[in-house]
Amino acid sequence: MNPVNQSSPLTTALETVGAWVLAILWTLPLTYALWAAIHPSAYSADFVIDAPLTVENFVKAWNAAPFARYFLNTFLLVTMILAAQLVLCTLAAYAFARFDFYGRDVAFILVLLQLMIMPDVLIVENYKTMSALGIVDTIPAIGLPYMASAFGIFLLRQTFKTIPRELDDAARVEGAGPLQVLLKVYVPLAKPIYIAYGLVSISYHWNNFLWPLIVTNSVNTRPLTVGLQIFASSDQGIDWSVITAATLMTSAPLLIAFLLFQRQFVQSFMRAGIR
Amino acid sequence: MRYPKMKWLAPIVGAIIMAWTSNVTAADVELSFYYPVAVGGPITKIIDGYAATFEKENPGIKIKAIYAGTYQDTLVKALTAFKSGEPPDIAVLLSTDMFTLIDEDAITPFDGLLKTDTDKAWVKSFYPAFMENSQTGGKTWGIPFQRSTVVMFWNKDAFKAAGLPNKAPDNWDELVADGKKLTKSDASGNVSQWAIEIPSTGFPYWLFQGLTTANDVRLTNSAGTETYFDKPAVVQALQFWVDLSRKDKIQPAGTIEWGTTPKDFFERKTAIMWTSTGNLTNVKNNAPFAFGVAMLPAHHGRGSATGGGNFYLFKKMSDEKRATALKFVKWMTTPERAADWGIATGYVAVRPDAWETPAMKKYVADFPAAAVARDQLKYAVAELSTHDNQRVTKALNDGLQAALTGTKTPEQAMKDAQQEAARILHTYK
Amino acid sequence: MTQSSGQIAHGIDGGATKPLPHATSTGVTPLARPSGTRFRMTAHIHGWLLLLPSTVLLVTFTHFPAVTTIIDSFFSTPKGRRSAVFIGLDNYQAMLDDSVFWRALGNNIVYAASVVPLTIALALLMAIWINGKIAGRPFLRLSFFTPTVLPMIAVANIWLFFYSPGYGLLDQVFGLFGFASHNWLGNEHTALACLIVVAIWKDAGFFMIFYLAALQQMSPQLAEAAALEGASRWYFFRRITFPLLMPTTLFVLVNSIINTFRLIDHVVVMTRGGPDNTTALLLFYIYEVGFKFWDTAYAATLTVVLLALLAVLAIGQFVFLDRRIHYQ
Repeated sequence: MNPVNQSSPLTTALETVGAWVLAILWTLPLTYALWAAIHPSAYSADFVIDAPLTVENFVKAWNAAPFARYFLNTFLLVTMILAAQLVLCTLAAYAFARFDFYGRDVAFILVLLQLMIMPDVLIVENYKTMSALGIVDTIPAIGLPYMASAFGIFLLRQTFKTIPRELDDAARVEGAGPLQVLLKVYVPLAKPIYIAYGLVSISYHWNNFLWPLIVTNSVNTRPLTVGLQIFASSDQGIDWSVITAATLMTSAPLLIAFLLFQRQFVQSFMRAGIR
Repeated sequence: MRYPKMKWLAPIVGAIIMAWTSNVTAADVELSFYYPVAVGGPITKIIDGYAATFEKENPGIKIKAIYAGTYQDTLVKALTAFKSGEPPDIAVLLSTDMFTLIDEDAITPFDGLLKTDTDKAWVKSFYPAFMENSQTGGKTWGIPFQRSTVVMFWNKDAFKAAGLPNKAPDNWDELVADGKKLTKSDASGNVSQWAIEIPSTGFPYWLFQGLTTANDVRLTNSAGTETYFDKPAVVQALQFWVDLSRKDKIQPAGTIEWGTTPKDFFERKTAIMWTSTGNLTNVKNNAPFAFGVAMLPAHHGRGSATGGGNFYLFKKMSDEKRATALKFVKWMTTPERAADWGIATGYVAVRPDAWETPAMKKYVADFPAAAVARDQLKYAVAELSTHDNQRVTKALNDGLQAALTGTKTPEQAMKDAQQEAARILHTYK
Repeated sequence: MTQSSGQIAHGIDGGATKPLPHATSTGVTPLARPSGTRFRMTAHIHGWLLLLPSTVLLVTFTHFPAVTTIIDSFFSTPKGRRSAVFIGLDNYQAMLDDSVFWRALGNNIVYAASVVPLTIALALLMAIWINGKIAGRPFLRLSFFTPTVLPMIAVANIWLFFYSPGYGLLDQVFGLFGFASHNWLGNEHTALACLIVVAIWKDAGFFMIFYLAALQQMSPQLAEAAALEGASRWYFFRRITFPLLMPTTLFVLVNSIINTFRLIDHVVVMTRGGPDNTTALLLFYIYEVGFKFWDTAYAATLTVVLLALLAVLAIGQFVFLDRRIHYQ
């Protein structure tokens, strides 16, 4: 989208400088993390160019807490949640978009409620529920409150509604039942939405902290965020070198994925027409 | 109809089932054991090592050691597990959580299990200072394991540079006098080195007890039902702390972050720091200068609060399990093990005979600073502990922080804190 | 998405019950066509079946807890062997008397009122820059978006370093200019502001993407037409771009507000609510009360306040802002 009038070179130059300064400020925490992680503790606050490099911090961080297990837990958690969300939200969105049934509008409003009342604010009660179900300290317990995602239902319903009914009819003509229509017509056409939603969901749940903190007790279920916080909050004091090494380790998958796929990420949002 | 997405679920479900499965045989007695890690170092490895050794020496018993985070995290974890019906068998929790755990009906005292005379003597073999937070109502609820006190670390190089003799300040007046010499400003009048930092985030009350004990006043009664925050001696102690920043200008203003205080010390931002003896190994490894460890300075009295964690036995255990748990606790607190633990972590070995073991004697000979905390034990007092402990300490902590930031006067801050504490405790009287 | 929200405000989702102009000639009647009770029943049953799994989960983990939260707030906390007792409005009275609660509420409102407008403004600015002709756009986009993929709990530790007095990054930089070291997080005047900065930093890049998508959807003819009329950039932005972005702004607004109530990870790491509750946020206080003090009834009471606040905001947004949205 071009600016209406061409700005004067001075304005453009100023804006370029402004944008770059902001961008550099924005990446400062990550840059610092890199610095502190590859230099010994003594240099974590001392920015001399010729400070010695080391991988010791990563080794120390890896040995100090069972990060391998945490990675596995997080991976399982995120995958489980996304898979469930995709299935559940697709079905629900299809129902809202293409079926007329008693109580549909009321049901939809109730679904929308979850947009504002997220499971995160109901930690006390949800914890009681998990207790009653006997599944405290399990990975599914972390994921269950999030699996029926109002955001997902909303998004997919919106998308399904824009798919022309002619396609629906055409498939029906060929003898497809409702679920087959869903799978053959709606799901493929909504692919950009699925990708965008998937990326948001993975990112959100990889980084979620408070609810997993409350629900998990043991190493077997703890995700990375909780593990990182436990690891970082020693009474002994903060050693930024080791903490940033651990941070980089735990954020690396998402970061690398984003670096590799950022164009797809942005594009899928745009094609999804989310606005 | 085929549902392609289903294919992905199978391995996930399988993995989840695997994660749920335990590998304990039916014949083993399995003890679950929650412990916090409050100091740096490969603590989990050490604990796992102990568990493995115990299992080897005691076949048929399996120890499931679960690393639960800080003391705070571990308490939350243990209580949430207890409330959801699956308590751990043993946990290392703060000695001050004793009343909370009793009120939640979560723990059993050790007394029922200590039948023989040797058992009874065993309880008496720990330092009395540590037992103060471990016994109430005539019963023993906790056994000391990783205990500490506040000690004063001081930068010997900084003292020398300031022209001070090679010893730590011994009382409050000396602290202020030395402090004024140690505080250095640069050309533009900004302070480049402070004399002292007494951290005031996290658990300021614990460090505050180093000041109140030096002023010869207690903060609570031993039943944990009354607090004395607004006694004049307490207010005086707080005034002294506040004055260090405001009047004497030898301490940074505002609240001082607990987690960054050791780093401040290493970076020479402060010449003296008060912190847990659990930081000993950390300071030894990371301080780029000669340092000393000293008892907290005296005033009308001397001393520090004890700190750290005890072993607790949770309810809902069969008698056989309980006997096994006691065995484990005893094993973990033998003199040799207590010495080993103390050397590896910097905690104070919890029984006098641990200090007489050859390993410990050698360690102290090489590193005399390690014995300071032990020597301070004869002046040590119980850590602040009451019913509804978290709430009451929060009231006190808020008051301390309000005074240190200047939002309230020490008198007002302590009056409000006392009011709040009294309100919380009146149902326990 | 906002299209639908407009429709929600007006009630009915159009289209489903209108018969299509071209009736099928093969005899296969598509669903949702009310021609005969049998088909209507099938539609109802199918609809609810599709909805069932989601409904079960939503009710169990959103609606049911919301209701039990309200109920629990009228009872006392069960402790040990004592079970919960009905105490009416006692919890609410205690809450009104609780200065920490008022602190947390006030803090959260100030926090939200600061974070939301600034985040939106920055997100929009970033999107406009990236949509424009500035050099190095891929790097800019990457930089702005990176905070989103990092967990807050991790970056909070890094920000803790930035704010450390003396050798922290901020103080080092300010020191170069001769300013004194400042106790950023330990000072009751600056602590909350520090957290606000962290929150803005975390979210602006995420919302930038939405604005970017919307900007790129705008027809270039609009710009051409305005250029022909001789409109200035600012005029064009104010009268055309911004109004057209209103749906996106609504979406960003809603999510930004939710985040200011939902995300307290940085409080946990950086200040734990201090000094003296100047950075206590409502959800953090709920966590303390519920899981540190174990006073679950009082935590429920506080949660009711939080829910009420969110509900008011939701209604306010949809009713008030919806009026001012232009749809293409």
